[in-house]
Amino acid sequence: MEILYLLIPLSVVLVFVIGAAFWWALHSGQFDDLDGPAHRVLMDDDSAAP
Amino acid sequence: MQDNTYNYKVVRQFSIMAVVWGIVGMLVGLILAAQLIWPELNLTPWLSYGRLRPLHTNAVIFAFGGCALFASSYYVAQRTCHVRLFCGSLAAFTFWGWQVVIMAAAITLPLGYTSAKEYAELEWPIDILITLVWVSYAVVFFGTLAKRKTPHIYVANWFFGAFILTVAVLHLVNSAEVPVTFWKSYSAYAGVQDAMIQWWYGHNAVGFFLTAGFLGMMYYFIPKQAERPVYSYRLSVVHFWALIFTYMWAGPHHLHYTALPDWAQSLGMVFSLILLAPSWGGMINGIMTLSGAWHKLRTDPILKFLVVSLSFYGMSTFEGPMMAIKTVNALSHYTDWTVGHVHSGALGWVGLVSIGTLYYMIPRVFGRNEMHSIKAITLHFWVATIGIVLYIAAMWIAGVMQGLMWRAVNDDGTLTYTFVESVKATYPYYMIRLLGGVLYFSGMLIMAWNIWKTVVGQRPFDALIPALHPANTLAHA
Repeated sequence: MEILYLLIPLSVVLVFVIGAAFWWALHSGQFDDLDGPAHRVLMDDDSAAP
Repeated sequence: MQDNTYNYKVVRQFSIMAVVWGIVGMLVGLILAAQLIWPELNLTPWLSYGRLRPLHTNAVIFAFGGCALFASSYYVAQRTCHVRLFCGSLAAFTFWGWQVVIMAAAITLPLGYTSAKEYAELEWPIDILITLVWVSYAVVFFGTLAKRKTPHIYVANWFFGAFILTVAVLHLVNSAEVPVTFWKSYSAYAGVQDAMIQWWYGHNAVGFFLTAGFLGMMYYFIPKQAERPVYSYRLSVVHFWALIFTYMWAGPHHLHYTALPDWAQSLGMVFSLILLAPSWGGMINGIMTLSGAWHKLRTDPILKFLVVSLSFYGMSTFEGPMMAIKTVNALSHYTDWTVGHVHSGALGWVGLVSIGTLYYMIPRVFGRNEMHSIKAITLHFWVATIGIVLYIAAMWIAGVMQGLMWRAVNDDGTLTYTFVESVKATYPYYMIRLLGGVLYFSGMLIMAWNIWKTVVGQRPFDALIPALHPANTLAHA
């Protein structure tokens, strides 16, 4: 199973990448408001006719 | 000059081609289903089962599903970020490049050019083009997120983003190959190592191409069509992070009882079982979005498509972990049960959520408020749903029957049935499966007619980017 020498490091790298993305999301305020975003999507009127 | 409008052109192009490729891919599926009943339909080598099968899978997954994902991710990213798509010319390249990839697949696969890696059959020149298109896709998508006007990145975009990045990694690792001629290459890996890489790719392609991407669709289009916020936004965020942290190691369940080390098989099984939790969390979150608005399901066929797709998602993400248990897999592996499971996910989840999304999106990007005929959408819904039920029920029965026949042993230790006896016993179920496929396919034809009536004579329409709602900036004031 030499292939694990590729797959396991790759997974570890990916976990760190995902962890970094999560850290960024946490500290840039992405999770500060976990109700508003759901409503704001609905406030965007995307009907074609005015 | 165009900065005050959204780029709907590329959305229009991908949406229409999703329907076209859906019809082509499903037609090839019908031919395959008929060939299993009537082998004499293998008329020429070019149209033989072995060559058409990868054409079918590539066409429905990467052409139909791919175009639907490109269209919806471009639409959702623009609408939720309140900006025009980043780099329009690169977005146009992703459209034309992707169509060239699909055409190349449609020509080379029947000619017999294949790398022989399931769901990654295309030869190395096409693999390079895929890489170029995919990198451009990532640049366009993340470029759009980077120049967003809203501080928050809506959860659907996180799912689309994870899908784009992971598919890039999967494609690069799995398609590493050594070219020997222009149309022939050999995998960089060999034997069981190659099998492990193949199913690491194969299952994560299911997880990120066929699940994460379409969950992005689900988290935008169900709330929009139901006109209700997602049941729990907090849960959707948990769903996202739980799914991407736990997905990567489910692949070995495709290799139970093979040369793969036993511990790797068991690891794959355990990770597959863990996946049930985030999958069902997301499914419940999507369905509960309708709480308080259940009556809309009675009258709104687009919502029917979207919500029933989620029930198929729930069903196949329950069935999948169960089939990954080694003792269950001993019965189900290599039987038509697997084919049924795949199609409950493909026709039920991926197909229905894409169709619902296209019915929502297409009139809007062509400057209309709804589809030409709502009745035709309702008809499509019922034809498609009955088709899926026939298909998967037939394959369940056929699969369990095959598994039981193959393992039946006489008192003296000899096999009770020959293999061909199990094939013969499967014929009636192949007929039912073909009937289910014909129904699902005719639904696509109804859709094509309805879309034709909706878009014909419409002038290109790019919606104005609305002024940012005060609530959007409030959060970061």
